[in-house]
Amino acid sequence: MNKNNWEEDVKKVAEGIRRRVFEFTLRNGGGYLSQACSSAEIFATLYTKLMNLGPSVAPKIPRPFPGVPSIRNKNYFSGADYNGPRRPELDRFFLSPVHYALVLYATLVETGRMAPEGLEMFNRDGSTVEMIGAEHSPGHEFMAGSLGQALSQVLGIALARKRKGETGKNWVLMSDGEFMIGQTWEAIETLAFYELDSVHVFIDANGQSADGKIDTVNRIEPLKERLESFGAVAVEVNGHDVKALVEAANIPHNGKPLFVIARTVPYCGIEVLKPRAPKFHYVRITTEEERKTLEEFFVERFGGVRYDT
Amino acid sequence: MILESKVHERNLVKWAADKPEVVVFSADLTSSTEIALFKETYPDRFYSFGMTEQNMMSAAGGMAREGFTPFVHTFAVFMYRRALDQIEMSIAYPNLRVRIFGFLPGITTPGGATHQAINDIGVLRTVPNMTILETGDATEVESVLDVAQSVDGPVYVRQLRGQIPRLFKDPMVLGRCRVLSEGSDLALITSGIMTEEALRVTNVLRKRGVSLEHIHVSTHKPFEDERILEAISKARYGVITMENHTIIGGLGSEVAEMMSEHAIPKRLIRIGLRDTYAHGGSRDYLMKYYGMDALSLARAVEELLGQKLDIEESDLEEPRVEASGAEHKAEDL
Repeated sequence: MNKNNWEEDVKKVAEGIRRRVFEFTLRNGGGYLSQACSSAEIFATLYTKLMNLGPSVAPKIPRPFPGVPSIRNKNYFSGADYNGPRRPELDRFFLSPVHYALVLYATLVETGRMAPEGLEMFNRDGSTVEMIGAEHSPGHEFMAGSLGQALSQVLGIALARKRKGETGKNWVLMSDGEFMIGQTWEAIETLAFYELDSVHVFIDANGQSADGKIDTVNRIEPLKERLESFGAVAVEVNGHDVKALVEAANIPHNGKPLFVIARTVPYCGIEVLKPRAPKFHYVRITTEEERKTLEEFFVERFGGVRYDT
Repeated sequence: MILESKVHERNLVKWAADKPEVVVFSADLTSSTEIALFKETYPDRFYSFGMTEQNMMSAAGGMAREGFTPFVHTFAVFMYRRALDQIEMSIAYPNLRVRIFGFLPGITTPGGATHQAINDIGVLRTVPNMTILETGDATEVESVLDVAQSVDGPVYVRQLRGQIPRLFKDPMVLGRCRVLSEGSDLALITSGIMTEEALRVTNVLRKRGVSLEHIHVSTHKPFEDERILEAISKARYGVITMENHTIIGGLGSEVAEMMSEHAIPKRLIRIGLRDTYAHGGSRDYLMKYYGMDALSLARAVEELLGQKLDIEESDLEEPRVEASGAEHKAEDL
């Protein structure tokens, strides 16, 4: 990676994430595409600039489903080994809204942690590359699909790592929709109570949830003030500005958890999606006309790369 | 009957002395769940979460992933009801070593419907990977710690607090019931505090000529003990279960499942809360009101035998009386 031009490198990875998720959505007839639009820079910045992870220790081609964990099944594995070995001084990454799994898989491919063939296994029966990421899915470490449970699990992990004197940071990616959930706020007040400054949270604040625009669903704002009043350090940035994301992550927050509210646009980089407002949660291609519009945009935007290869 | 007090409180501190991996989680009910002495003795291993039970259960999963064993303490209702999704996804799915200590089982509290765990066993029995234990005396309140810690997965312990009788000498063993008396007319299967209640009438029943096999159950899941099956198989007139829980999903259901899976066509009477919530009141009053007391057991025996045994309240051994000044007062609820 070019040290002097890291911004360009991060942007390239973000572009690759969008392209791969877009390709997949076209092939599949639908996908969590707006999540890639809003979070591509956040994932790219975390994986290439901010997190101190070791190289992947997982197989490049994802393993098949090993059965669920139990006393009888000792073959179960976590997908966290795609994020490197577990070492006291290394950072850990936790994805909270695992509906973003496809974006994370694309990130793993773009950063050389997973083979591109891994994406082909997405949502296939018997595969670990699940649509809603599970503990065994590449890049995932625990069960987060019910939403709002990851931050508390990270709280437990951070308390334990502190107990053991580990110095690695704990990075979490959350969605703004999760700030409707009571447990999220329970976790924040407890992170503040235990002064867990090892916890760094990036919020993809795209203003969207399943029903549509969040401010028509429930009230989560003013997020920054709410977070601060719960005892966190909170900073608001343009979530597509990689330099701003890095600066935000480096803000001093001694004795407090850090929350970076990354304000993002759910169709950033794939502007052809804009007319779908206010519904962005899942982009489904229903008519031939829709398909044609998206395909034309893809070829134009991503330099004529064939989406079916 | 001699009652002992603060059994869990003292025992946990002693037991955890050489187990640095054991940490205790509390949800603002530290003295009410008898962990105040633990907090005082090992402040570094005590974690306060306040009233954030969902957060606490998920954090317990996180902590367990890092090699520690959280002993999570609060009233059972606030865990299996309020935080069921968290118990399932943060703890049970990954089969983590978390020990969940649920207090105030059934009608043991005057706190009313909000405080009484009447369907915890039923709910948690449907949770994959979960082992379920219930204590019925001081020896079990103590020895359940070793049993729980021996399980490589999550364990729910239906735990007793306050004043508790010591009925048994031998420690609890995982998956093994206790045969308190042998007989072939009836199989009486009891758990938790109902064993103590049943013992008020079992002597009288024997004096009336009833051959009673009385079994105490402390492992609800897995429920596979051959000894229970034998007792049911030889019971000439049928089977009675007695539980401090709704009769749906708990001990009565466990026994019914066992009987049907082994094709044992016998009558079964399930004593417990009959698909109802309870309300605030003393244990003695609630047991009578809901037909869960020793006299109700005598009536069930009469029904199965098809004959009157002339047992009245005056024939029974005295119900336990909480000493005045019992440690847990209203402010602890």
